[in-house]
Amino acid sequence: MSTEAVSLSPAGVKTAVVYADDYLNKLTGEKIERECKLRLEEGCTELVVDLSQTEIVNSIGVSILLGVIDVASNAGAKVVFSEVNENTVELFEMLGVNRHAAIVNRG
Amino acid sequence: MPHDNDLKIEDFHIANLKGLAEKRSKLVHTFGALAELGHEVASRSNFQETIRTSLHLILGSLGIMRGGVARYSRFEHELNMLAVRGLGDSFPLSLELCYEDERQFLTNGLAAIEVSQAAVLPFFQVYGRTFDDTRLELFLPLVIRDETVGAIFLGEKATGEPYTTYDKEIVCAMGRHIGSAIAQRNLLSEIECRSDENRKLYDDLKMTYADTVKAFAAAIDCKDKYTEGHSVRVGKYSEIIGQELGWNAEEVEGAAVAGYLHDVGKLTVERKIINAPYRINAKESAELNKHPAVGFEILAPIHHPYADVPLAAKYHHERLDGHGYPDGLYDRQIPYIAKVVNLADSFDAMTTDRPYRRRRPANEVFEDLQRNAGKQFAPEIVSAFFRGILNELNGETKEKKFRKLLGREYMEAEGLAVSLRNSLNAMTPTSNLTMISTARSA
Repeated sequence: MSTEAVSLSPAGVKTAVVYADDYLNKLTGEKIERECKLRLEEGCTELVVDLSQTEIVNSIGVSILLGVIDVASNAGAKVVFSEVNENTVELFEMLGVNRHAAIVNRG
Repeated sequence: MPHDNDLKIEDFHIANLKGLAEKRSKLVHTFGALAELGHEVASRSNFQETIRTSLHLILGSLGIMRGGVARYSRFEHELNMLAVRGLGDSFPLSLELCYEDERQFLTNGLAAIEVSQAAVLPFFQVYGRTFDDTRLELFLPLVIRDETVGAIFLGEKATGEPYTTYDKEIVCAMGRHIGSAIAQRNLLSEIECRSDENRKLYDDLKMTYADTVKAFAAAIDCKDKYTEGHSVRVGKYSEIIGQELGWNAEEVEGAAVAGYLHDVGKLTVERKIINAPYRINAKESAELNKHPAVGFEILAPIHHPYADVPLAAKYHHERLDGHGYPDGLYDRQIPYIAKVVNLADSFDAMTTDRPYRRRRPANEVFEDLQRNAGKQFAPEIVSAFFRGILNELNGETKEKKFRKLLGREYMEAEGLAVSLRNSLNAMTPTSNLTMISTARSA
């Protein structure tokens, strides 16, 4: 897991991109959660969780991502999931994760 | 050209297939979570961490935005939160239950309660506002084996849909796992608490036993004005020998007790015989020699926490060469603890003043012990005893036990350390008698 440098858009949106590992479980999920909270404390108003390397998101991973969405929402920020594979999109749609965070796939 | 009706049927089939695929995905996801939960609960990881992970699994399996798991304290009638996600800082860490709530939960068993439809219960009346503020929708009392052990609080689903019967069944199945983990933890805490109480009780009993033994030793020694403190000293020497032989703490304590009580049979011997300021005659000697057997009779009916205490009393005057009493046993027939007490007893007799003689000089006593190793005393016990004294003389022990028991002057006898070291080097680890009997049997 790594984070790209925080960027500031002309519209004043401070965005941080957090890259997830290949398997989003408790260990890797908690790292993402910590990183996202840190970025929110730094004043980011948009968190992009890049899931391009992520093959599987298990239940704990889903719970953690929902927690990230909740914390971001309380801080007035939004969460975007990018480069999400087909299975994960299906999972997010089935559980309603996509109702609270945008899913953006460039490919 | 396809007919209109054919298209509708095809659409219906596609929709049906999509629905089936989604159901299958949901099942796979949920069962994955259930399997992981089972594994987590069965693992030996930290209880708090298990509950935290369990909450993640229940929230993640159905896509629930927030929730918490609480443990029920039946003494304080409180649900104490163990793990929370997204409930906010204002959510109480402890929630009280009244008798009626508890009764209702037990009656319903492990069944999910919709918060919006439970206002009739006092619990939901008291905390209704909090539950509304935190958007809690489902409450699951964790009733395991007819006992409320905790509860699960669940917020809204991320889909925005209400909980279905299927969802509630999944929540109950997962709740059963979490409830079992809490019940198991409660049981473990109870066992730990009981075991702690038992240990304290056992320590108290041991202390009472030790005090009683010391009181007995004092009573025995009171009878004999010349050998005052003899039983206590024999107890201490036996303890040192046990330590030098590498015995564990309990065995060493047992050796000390055996030493303290070895002469308990003397309580029945006439005081004038014990205190005779001359060498007693044969008749008196026969009377005195009954004390080991009498000691055994006194001690045998008592349940001692250490084995062989009565045997030590009975056989502490036996000798390896069979010339001892009361039964004239040989070497291996003599209980080991009796051999230890025998040496401690003889050493104290030699190193204390008696009505008919002064105590013997240290070097002479140790020469005597060495000479009689294999005849009267077990050589390895004599070696262990010598090692104990030598260690103290060489300053290798913190506590100066021998100096306290024998006096500084006695322990500083000229050449004592050298002669002890030579004796120790000269001694064989097993008795001559043992070696002879082994050779014969071979």
